[in-house]
Amino acid sequence: MSVPDAPATPLADGPAAAPPARRVLAQAAFEARMILRNGEQVLVAVVIPVLALVGLVQTSFVALDTDGMSRVDFLTPGVLALAVMTASFTSQAIATAFDRRNGVLRLMATTPLGRGGLLAGKVLGVLAVEAVQVVLIGAAALVLGWRPDPAGVLLALVGVVLGTAAFTALALLVAGTLRAEAVLALANLLLLVLALGGGVIVPADRLPGPLATLAAWLPSGALGDVLRGALVDGALPLVPVLVLAGWTAVLGTLAARLFRWH
Amino acid sequence: MPRSPAVEVHGLVKRYDGRTVVDGLDLTADAGRVTAVLGPNGAGKTTTVECCEGLRSPDAGTVRVLGLDPVADAAALRPAVGVMLQDGGLPTGVRAQEMLEHVARMYARPLDTGELAERLGLGAFARTTVRRLSGGQRQRLALAVAVVGRPRAVFLDEPSAGMDPQSRLAVWELVRELRDGGAAVILTTHLMEEAEDVADQVAVVDHGTVIARGTVPQLLAAGVDRDGTATLVVDTASDVDPTGLAARLGGRFTVERRSGTSLAVSGPVAPGTVAATTGWLAEQDVLVTRLDLGRRTLEDVFLDLTGRSLR
Repeated sequence: MSVPDAPATPLADGPAAAPPARRVLAQAAFEARMILRNGEQVLVAVVIPVLALVGLVQTSFVALDTDGMSRVDFLTPGVLALAVMTASFTSQAIATAFDRRNGVLRLMATTPLGRGGLLAGKVLGVLAVEAVQVVLIGAAALVLGWRPDPAGVLLALVGVVLGTAAFTALALLVAGTLRAEAVLALANLLLLVLALGGGVIVPADRLPGPLATLAAWLPSGALGDVLRGALVDGALPLVPVLVLAGWTAVLGTLAARLFRWH
Repeated sequence: MPRSPAVEVHGLVKRYDGRTVVDGLDLTADAGRVTAVLGPNGAGKTTTVECCEGLRSPDAGTVRVLGLDPVADAAALRPAVGVMLQDGGLPTGVRAQEMLEHVARMYARPLDTGELAERLGLGAFARTTVRRLSGGQRQRLALAVAVVGRPRAVFLDEPSAGMDPQSRLAVWELVRELRDGGAAVILTTHLMEEAEDVADQVAVVDHGTVIARGTVPQLLAAGVDRDGTATLVVDTASDVDPTGLAARLGGRFTVERRSGTSLAVSGPVAPGTVAATTGWLAEQDVLVTRLDLGRRTLEDVFLDLTGRSLR
């Protein structure tokens, strides 16, 4: 199909889109900037995880069976998993829900960015925020004496990407189906519940009773186990990796089917 | 100047949960023209333009914008289309200038954002976040965002909502400039005076279909009957009795009281009719405050077409 001839005008050289990569990167930078500029988001994404790490490592109010490891080696993977959840789930769900309510998603979908570019920009924006989190939390942990398995660092990045996929899919599912205020409440509540009882900081198998079994099958428990496997043992544990992949498939399919732009 | 239809909508039908919102609507909008889609709230205006923007898929009918299908050919069409949504679509945490520059990055040859900001008076609040902008400031920013990519078809949904008169003037000036540059501008409004001010073509929409279309003069003239019947509206300084005037004018005229001090004389109005009317009023010692022949406003046409009851 072709565009019909337009009258000769100052616009005659014709409108054209920027190259796709530039559009997506611009959106990713925009998303990351919006999150990192928001005080509450920085608090949840960076300050609270770092304080939690420092507090749990430097004090012994919370008794931990660390399996003979130093407290910082035992806790850091879980704190990183928590940080991934705040960026890819809580903050993304809230931002997307309000953008949806305010028509931002629809407006950007009418620009050359389109819906696909918007989604890609959001995911890259989350990864950029996570890079900032990993650097700051990692630096704090190293200062506290953290000695991760060097072979596991790259594997841990694979775990971060897997966890991001599952939790971003969950974020889009709730943001695209519920009212913005409901998303605000749910996203914070779910983060708290999963952080305490979802096998993130305290491994699933240390949780009491049936919670131990349940948490291992949750994306939170699986992400915690993957990062602990990588950073403590230098290997990716197969079952938690499959659990995360399974959640990504299910949540991603549901989000694609149920997401409403209006 | 030859016109090529930039927007062609045929038999558009859109339902939400079984409720028909757009019901067989036909609309064309030419390049180099401003087309107003005029109608009461809930008439289906927004849904129609959202189908043109590719934001909604029609349940039936066809939509072509610049010869392309807004849904199937979205990627090819988006660079050439500018959109201003009714609810703005601006993220609340972003600064005004930053938002404009961000959207400009989506285009290969955007307008100069500094110049555009100056044109629309965005400079005064360039570093203010959208959250803190007034309604009119948001609308001006949303318009800048809609046109920054040099679009050839521009859809503006209720563009002047919440705008002060100065903003509206600046906005209309830019809209006319876009039109003169060859773009097709399609705007929705429920304000008659807005359509009269800025539109070359008007489509009056009600209950999901176009019930009248034409230029503003054509629509206004449609109220004058072909047999020469016209309506003379006479406003007076004090109350008058219509039956006295009817008796003076004779049986070919009807005189109705529009309100206590306003009469409507309908019939084959001739120069003598005006003289007879004012003469009779002089005998009654009643001062004429306004005499209006056939000059209906678009509002009269609109209300005649869509009914005067509240909805």
